[in-house]
Amino acid sequence: MPAPIIKFYQTGTFTVGNRLLDEDVASVQSDTLRPNVLTSGHRACQGCGEALGARYALDAAMRATNDQLIVANATGCLEVFSTPYPESSWRVPWMHSLFANASSVATGIAAAMKVKGRAQVRVIAQGGDGGTTDIGLGCLSGMFERNDDVLYICYDNEAYMNTGVQRSSATPPAARTATTPAAGSQPGNPFGHGKSVPLIAMAHRIPYVATASVADLRDLEYKVQKSMRLHGARYIHVHVPCPLGWGSEPRETIRVARLAIETGLFPLFEAEFGKVTDRTPIRHVKAVEEYLRLQKRFAHLFQPGADPAWIRSIQEIANDNIVEFGLAEVSHA
Amino acid sequence: MGHSAHMFSHLGEIAQLGISPVAPRWSDTHSSDLDAQMLNPSEGKAHRMFQVRIHGRGGQGVVTAAEILSIAAFLEGKHAQAFPTFGSERMGAPVTAFCRIDDHPIRLREPIVAPDALIIQDATLLHRVPLFDGLADSSYLLINSTQAFEELAIREFAKPLPRERCCTLPATRLGLEHVGRPIPNAALLGGFAAISEILTIDSIADAIRRKFSGRVGEKNVEAARAAYGFVMERKITHAPAG
Amino acid sequence: MLQQVETSRAIAETVALCRPEVVCAYPITPQTHIVEALAEMVRTGELNPCEFINVESEFAALSVAIGASAAGARAYTATASQGLLFMAEAVYNAAGLGLPIVMTVGNRAIGAPINIWNDHSDSMSMRDAGWLQLYAETAQEAADLHILAFRVAEELSCPVMVCVDGFVLTHSYEQVDLVSQPAVDAYLPPFDPRQVLDPAEPVSIGAMVGPEAFLEVRYLAHHKQLRALERIPDLARDFRQTFGHDSGRLVRSYRTEGAETIAIALGSVNGTIQDVVDELRKEDVSIGSVSVCCYRPFPVAALRSLISGARRVVVIEKCLAPGIGGILSTDIRTALTGTGTPVLTAIAGLGGRPITKASLRELFLKAVTGELEELTFLDLHTELIERHLERERRQRRSGPTAENLLSDIRVLAGQIG
Repeated sequence: MPAPIIKFYQTGTFTVGNRLLDEDVASVQSDTLRPNVLTSGHRACQGCGEALGARYALDAAMRATNDQLIVANATGCLEVFSTPYPESSWRVPWMHSLFANASSVATGIAAAMKVKGRAQVRVIAQGGDGGTTDIGLGCLSGMFERNDDVLYICYDNEAYMNTGVQRSSATPPAARTATTPAAGSQPGNPFGHGKSVPLIAMAHRIPYVATASVADLRDLEYKVQKSMRLHGARYIHVHVPCPLGWGSEPRETIRVARLAIETGLFPLFEAEFGKVTDRTPIRHVKAVEEYLRLQKRFAHLFQPGADPAWIRSIQEIANDNIVEFGLAEVSHA
Repeated sequence: MGHSAHMFSHLGEIAQLGISPVAPRWSDTHSSDLDAQMLNPSEGKAHRMFQVRIHGRGGQGVVTAAEILSIAAFLEGKHAQAFPTFGSERMGAPVTAFCRIDDHPIRLREPIVAPDALIIQDATLLHRVPLFDGLADSSYLLINSTQAFEELAIREFAKPLPRERCCTLPATRLGLEHVGRPIPNAALLGGFAAISEILTIDSIADAIRRKFSGRVGEKNVEAARAAYGFVMERKITHAPAG
Repeated sequence: MLQQVETSRAIAETVALCRPEVVCAYPITPQTHIVEALAEMVRTGELNPCEFINVESEFAALSVAIGASAAGARAYTATASQGLLFMAEAVYNAAGLGLPIVMTVGNRAIGAPINIWNDHSDSMSMRDAGWLQLYAETAQEAADLHILAFRVAEELSCPVMVCVDGFVLTHSYEQVDLVSQPAVDAYLPPFDPRQVLDPAEPVSIGAMVGPEAFLEVRYLAHHKQLRALERIPDLARDFRQTFGHDSGRLVRSYRTEGAETIAIALGSVNGTIQDVVDELRKEDVSIGSVSVCCYRPFPVAALRSLISGARRVVVIEKCLAPGIGGILSTDIRTALTGTGTPVLTAIAGLGGRPITKASLRELFLKAVTGELEELTFLDLHTELIERHLERERRQRRSGPTAENLLSDIRVLAGQIG
């Protein structure tokens, strides 16, 4: 059967790289011979941001390492939907041990490769926000602190989706989850100070930290490829909408993710050895309301009787991010 | 006359005094006729274990002392088992360590409840810890103190022991003089070799060298030998007229 | 070579001779001396190639070992007590994945109340995790078992826990015959994994298994243990031939021929028991003892043939299953099913309480005269218990138990001996 013909009408867009471009600037995904590490047939929901992000990230890593890659995966959606045995979507040596220990398992794999004189084989650990920002943070911090030669990728969909949408430490304020219901005067997840694992990673002064999003897949590929050229502990935090948990339309995944960037709620930046080295400026800053309205987990903010202070508070978070990371600099220039 | 000859006459005198000797029965270290007299014929080839308990405080090398004793015994072809009772590992806390010495493999794993010799590395423990529990009538007692044995008024704490088997030794001072640190353990081990002759001072010296290499080892050996001389001298002085 | 050495050092040197490629360590008393010695050997290059990884928790220690083992490296770690519990999830995981990791457990009590001294509560809590569990009786065996452990682990693709009594053995200075590198190399072939993460041949390890196959996967874990039961006697025989040491049997009997009373225990207390057996035999008491070296798999047949002729069995247990009593005893009863031999349990040595010859002697004599109850607590301070129960009767807010008891006996926490 001949390969399906895919037509691309644009070059240099933020969606997919174009195979018409030179090889060194074309996206990995535009290559018909792309590694396809997370191949089709897996059991992810329609519009799953995590599946999309993982495929792009790992394909980029495969390209960067000349296919010399081993992956350790935390328990979670990605693990469950990818390996409904006897089928596996992984076209890479892949291991799942536990929820909290993906980074430690990766450390062990990297140590094994080093001791066997196969240091060209590189290691990625990956997990969701639960496995990263909550239960796995101890192991992750240990891996950072030792500067083990591992890239850890967190696919952040802002709650425990695998178990039915419970709150995690990455759940944003006011979001409704199964354990932060919007009931009475409560706005869902309480307003707190949040927990930025990218900033925590930077505090370890590791060689590379970046945030990325499925709204900017070329940028994700770039960051993964860049990180694989480096050694030591590296961390990429990828924002991946979850239509099921967020109550957004599967077809809107990219749009929702892009609005998170454009509102300033999810800043895109890179950092090396604890210092921010680059950020993606926002060309047209959007109001958070536009982002929130697309998601049923925030629906209570727009119902009669809702306290307008809730949305204002979220807007303040976005504004603070824009200032803190200098996301508006270019547009002001 | 060498040291060991002194020792044998000393033990012989104890035997004459009617005190049943508890301790050592190793023909390879005590090959004289006097030694043979000490053996209880009813025991036949049965052996008797010699048990040492060391009391001190964390930081004084109590555990190390027991380990060195066991190495010295090993070097003499014996079986030995040294072990500590650990508390939390803090300086100054009371610490006890044990060493069993035997001709046969040692299977017993209980703490030493009836020591044949007691080494007290820190005299301030006399009032604090039940040091003398399980002491036999004929046990050896060696105390780190600059005071003479009589001045310590041990009778307040323990039943009377054969005077010849009791000794004080300024071990901390010897440690300072020879090692440069107020660690009494090496000196006490030298003193132990002198008072009991369970192990030779040469084995103690070799064991110290195995535990501490180089200059540190040599300095500790010096401290042990100085203590050995100190005790031997006093022992001769104190030996009751025969 | 015969050496007078701390058992932890002997273990470390023996582990090093097994050429571990990844060693991960997290400090917990009383196993620390082992990994400290290994760290030194890696630093000096004596153990090379080897990656020594200082991790941030026991959970990470075993997780690193899991990754290393899955990537084809020979992996080793050590822990004790709370550390074993902290890594519990990974303990089950390593066995479930069939990764031949070897881990020393420096047996220590579990809190609360916090206690650093020896008993078997820690490893016993993991007895059904799917690891083989070998208990060392002597310093020599503590060292030797590690070689056998790597051999059987890798042959069966199953992790092995070598249980060594904390302090009693780990901190004991004894004579140990340290074996030679060529002998270990002859006994222990290079690690040839059944499964390995390799870019040249990608596999997925650790998939979810549903009801359709889970039972079968678990059955195979059981089957693996049964195979270990067959293999360990052979491997121990090989071991004797190679090294001349009698280490690593399933069980070891002592003067059990025709014994009316047989004492059974795990680990180092067997030495003391044997001394008591000798004393009692001199007094014409018909008694012997059995040391169970291989606790998982449990050698039902071997034990049955050794002890079923006895008129009574006394199990000395360094652990307690509150609500029933003994743990080893339960397994012994399984081995004695149908024989009618009574199994008497003595809980002893918890939290480092010395198990003395005097107490064992009294216990065994009571057993012989039929005065021993089915469950006893050796040297239990009943006055202390009564005082506390009375306090609870007297006042609702009776306060924290452990602290009350310590006040009662007017000693500082941790002061023994």
